[in-house]
Amino acid sequence: MNFVCNTDMTERLKKKVLIIGAGIAGLEAAVQLMNLNYDVEVIEKENFYGGHVKQWFKTFPDFQDTKPLIDLIAGKPDNLNIHFGSVPGFAEEQNGIFHVITDKNLHIHADAVLISTGFELFDAHRKEEYGYGIFNHVITNADLESFFQNGFPETGKLSLRFGFIHCVGSRDAKAGNLYCSKVCCATAVKQAIEVRQHFPDSEVYCFYMDMRMFGKQYEELFQQAQEKYGIHFVRARLSEVNQNFDQSLLIKVEDTLTSKPMKMSLDYIVLMSGMEPSVSSQSIATLFGIALDNEGFIKVSKPFIAENITEKKGLFVAGTATGPKTITETLNDARSAALAVHQYLNSK
Amino acid sequence: MELTGKQKIWEKYQKEIPSDSYYYARSCIRQNFWPGSENTFIKILREELGKDIKDEAHHTTCTGIAYHSDVVPLETTMTVVARQFSLMSESGYEHFVPSCITSFGLYTEILETWHEHPEIEQTIRNFLKESTGRTFEKPKFLIHPSDVIYSLRYEILKKARYRLINIETGRPLQCVEHIGCHYAKMFPDAGVGGAEFPHVLAGMVEAWGGEVIDYPERRSCCGFGFRQYLVQANRGYSIANTKRKFESMEPYKPDLIVTNCPGCPYFLDRWQYVISEMEGKIYGGDGYGIPALTYEELAGLVLGYNPWELGLQMHQVSVEPLLRKMGFLYDPADKYVVGNQIIQDRPDHPDVLKVL
Repeated sequence: MNFVCNTDMTERLKKKVLIIGAGIAGLEAAVQLMNLNYDVEVIEKENFYGGHVKQWFKTFPDFQDTKPLIDLIAGKPDNLNIHFGSVPGFAEEQNGIFHVITDKNLHIHADAVLISTGFELFDAHRKEEYGYGIFNHVITNADLESFFQNGFPETGKLSLRFGFIHCVGSRDAKAGNLYCSKVCCATAVKQAIEVRQHFPDSEVYCFYMDMRMFGKQYEELFQQAQEKYGIHFVRARLSEVNQNFDQSLLIKVEDTLTSKPMKMSLDYIVLMSGMEPSVSSQSIATLFGIALDNEGFIKVSKPFIAENITEKKGLFVAGTATGPKTITETLNDARSAALAVHQYLNSK
Repeated sequence: MELTGKQKIWEKYQKEIPSDSYYYARSCIRQNFWPGSENTFIKILREELGKDIKDEAHHTTCTGIAYHSDVVPLETTMTVVARQFSLMSESGYEHFVPSCITSFGLYTEILETWHEHPEIEQTIRNFLKESTGRTFEKPKFLIHPSDVIYSLRYEILKKARYRLINIETGRPLQCVEHIGCHYAKMFPDAGVGGAEFPHVLAGMVEAWGGEVIDYPERRSCCGFGFRQYLVQANRGYSIANTKRKFESMEPYKPDLIVTNCPGCPYFLDRWQYVISEMEGKIYGGDGYGIPALTYEELAGLVLGYNPWELGLQMHQVSVEPLLRKMGFLYDPADKYVVGNQIIQDRPDHPDVLKVL
């Protein structure tokens, strides 16, 4: 039996999987496939792994530091064969073998390719009426995470008023995105709590469309935010941001429960930018000749039953390249994708 | 505030503005409210800058006010507009320049509608042919006169006799720029600088030495709002809206308001008088209020034109304090001269708002 098993392993070692993108989906899939004794190579456009999660300070709903989490996913990252700062420039498939040449002229021949190119954070500049890039204290959820990691700019005030604006670039026909980004509500609640912890004298308001607290412990987090931290949740949509004479920010919202317009002055506005299909996914789709769905994410071959399989044989997809997901969902999706790759290579 | 952020937006919303050969369609209400403005636009283009502009005498209303007041159906409006285009085509011009902001917005909306729905354009072509025997070409460029002045602002500066600078302090005049709602709010790409941080008037103010005030209610309507004013019972909304703007701009101590719409300068001017009578409140320094000018009037002042030939005596809020700040040399006696005649009857002075 041992001899047979070793032969199988030797056969498997000959089979290579190329993973495009070293975010948490790519890392998780890489580790799973390596554990199954495949030869895995990863190419990553940035010079670090971990993707967007690396740039986040803490996770929801458990306020876990992201760095140990990424290290836990990646295991011993030194063992991972990651080519940083590289993107595919050429791809072709012949007889079930993919030949990919990167922009650094690295030639990779792989039996299967897994796309884990993730998402882009919605560019809040596009909501011009919100004043991002115009007014200094209009920031995004990503900027706020950076402040948590690197320190807040000096404001000269102890008591600050924060307003979190949900659904920036999500569920927004004008922005061209009708879908929900899934993670923003819980992120806003988490960040609102962190702001109250950071500035105990602050007042925090969340202007939401609907509160979509669907995950395990999310509802409890929402309750804690209201009861323990006194965060105000206002069902409202923002129409515009302006600056007052004293440099504070003036927002105009419609309270959608009372159907009344409302004005409020704030010190900081945090825009909860949602997820958009990544530019990389679009170029990879073109390169490999696969389709995108109506929302611009990579199209899967069969919803529900083959969420990790593209329309092209041997080409797989994992994580937020197919649509918004939480960290938990992304990791599960990556494991599912690794299994799909394994089944495909085993049947070759 | 980050100017670079604004500049990025301005770069995004630049439109091509032809440099010559304009077909001008005057505005129904501007000719009555601000009779000097349209003539000044033509004078600047023809006499100062040597441009070709046709001052069309045969066009009609675009029906914009009626359309926005829900009393004229869109098909009728589009057929009327098709006739305006027909007149332009007949004259051999391709650059349509409607004086009125509402017309500009309406023409933009109609051209967009035809672009998206060619079958509607064909229907309107049929209507026009059946009713008048006319055909038309669509304009190659649809531009507002404020776009034209914006594009020529530095050429105007070269010929300027005055700057938007307070001669006593040497500091830039503080200017409120108010863009008419129909300029770019419906189609941001149609306006220089877009809808949220428009640059069309700000660019003129900055070029001519002034400084733009960015006040919180900058984006709000002037108060006209069509049905807010046209329906008499709604006029409280109109004046309340205008008052909100004045309250918002007051801390910045504006020296003037510049506008690019027929209705905006009217409401921003006349409601100052009404608010002063109703509440005893005057915005602006020394009890004279804040002068609200059209961009043509402002350009005319920068070029040193006689303020009374510009028609500035038609304003309720006296412009003389602004002229003094600019160091403008003018003869107060000319204010009531029309042609060779001196008008003997003078308007009564209000009780609260000071006038000169």
